[in-house]
Amino acid sequence: MVADMGGAAALPRKNGELVFETPWESQAFGMAIALSDRGHYDWEEFRQRLISEIGGWERSDEDERAVWNYYRHWLASFEALVKERGLLSEEEINERASEFVSGTRDDHHH
Amino acid sequence: MSVERPVGGQASGDETFPVSDAEIAVRAKALESLLVEKGLVSADAIDKVVSAYETDIGPMLGAKVVARAWSDPDFKALLLEDANAACEQLGIGGMQGEHMVVVENTDQIHNTVVCTLCSCYPWPVLGLPPNWYKYPQYRSRAVMEPRKVLREEFGLDLDESKDVRVWDSSSEIRYFVLPERPEGTEGMSEEELADLVTRDSMIGVGKPRDPQETR
Repeated sequence: MVADMGGAAALPRKNGELVFETPWESQAFGMAIALSDRGHYDWEEFRQRLISEIGGWERSDEDERAVWNYYRHWLASFEALVKERGLLSEEEINERASEFVSGTRDDHHH
Repeated sequence: MSVERPVGGQASGDETFPVSDAEIAVRAKALESLLVEKGLVSADAIDKVVSAYETDIGPMLGAKVVARAWSDPDFKALLLEDANAACEQLGIGGMQGEHMVVVENTDQIHNTVVCTLCSCYPWPVLGLPPNWYKYPQYRSRAVMEPRKVLREEFGLDLDESKDVRVWDSSSEIRYFVLPERPEGTEGMSEEELADLVTRDSMIGVGKPRDPQETR
């Protein structure tokens, strides 16, 4: 079967599954790494946040917690770190988000 | 079941983080929009990171490492002793790849890798972890009953005589598996061998492809 044949170029996708399920997951992934690359924080700081964020989910009540989504924890950790570093504030994120929801701001890329 | 209230509040110090997929998508969009607007990062840089992991960094790099180890005993010895140095010889290394350790499958030992803390995974050689690897259920079950998980979830039936070892990746050490070289591969080139090496075989939940099937 052609689909089962080797070939390094095709490996990342067919050697497993698609890495990201939704665009926001890849966005979250890209942002966290790109900001670390730019020196806004050490990668290890992000990792430690992600570990404790996931740990919090694991310790929480099974009936009450959100369904498991790795990148949700990823994004929550990223947002918390960005706020802690004073790069963005809770208020401006909320405001920007509601602008997107209400349509007063347009999606100019992505 | 219920997705009514945010979780992880204590860990993230954040009670307002949304839960629904649509809300999270908006949150991500708002974050990116602001970060780009403030010049903290460019949209282009974000896209580049994503496309690198989607197309350039993945299990084909680990497959190159395994194929070299199968072909070159000196390289294999170095790989087992100092995986980072060996990978560096092939130009492979980088983020989340600090302190990689390679464990070798033999006719007596089968190695499987999990991460019980979060999702520590050697990105430079395997790319990003598959979704199931990140499930807490997989991680805890694989530690408790590896043989059963391998058989039921991955169709990998191991001989009872084999010793199954589960390696727990951590932020300090990231493991990956050097699978056994399949029979009937004598005389194959490194490129041909690399085509046989699957991601799953390097996590220890599968075997390399059968050379007969790829012809």
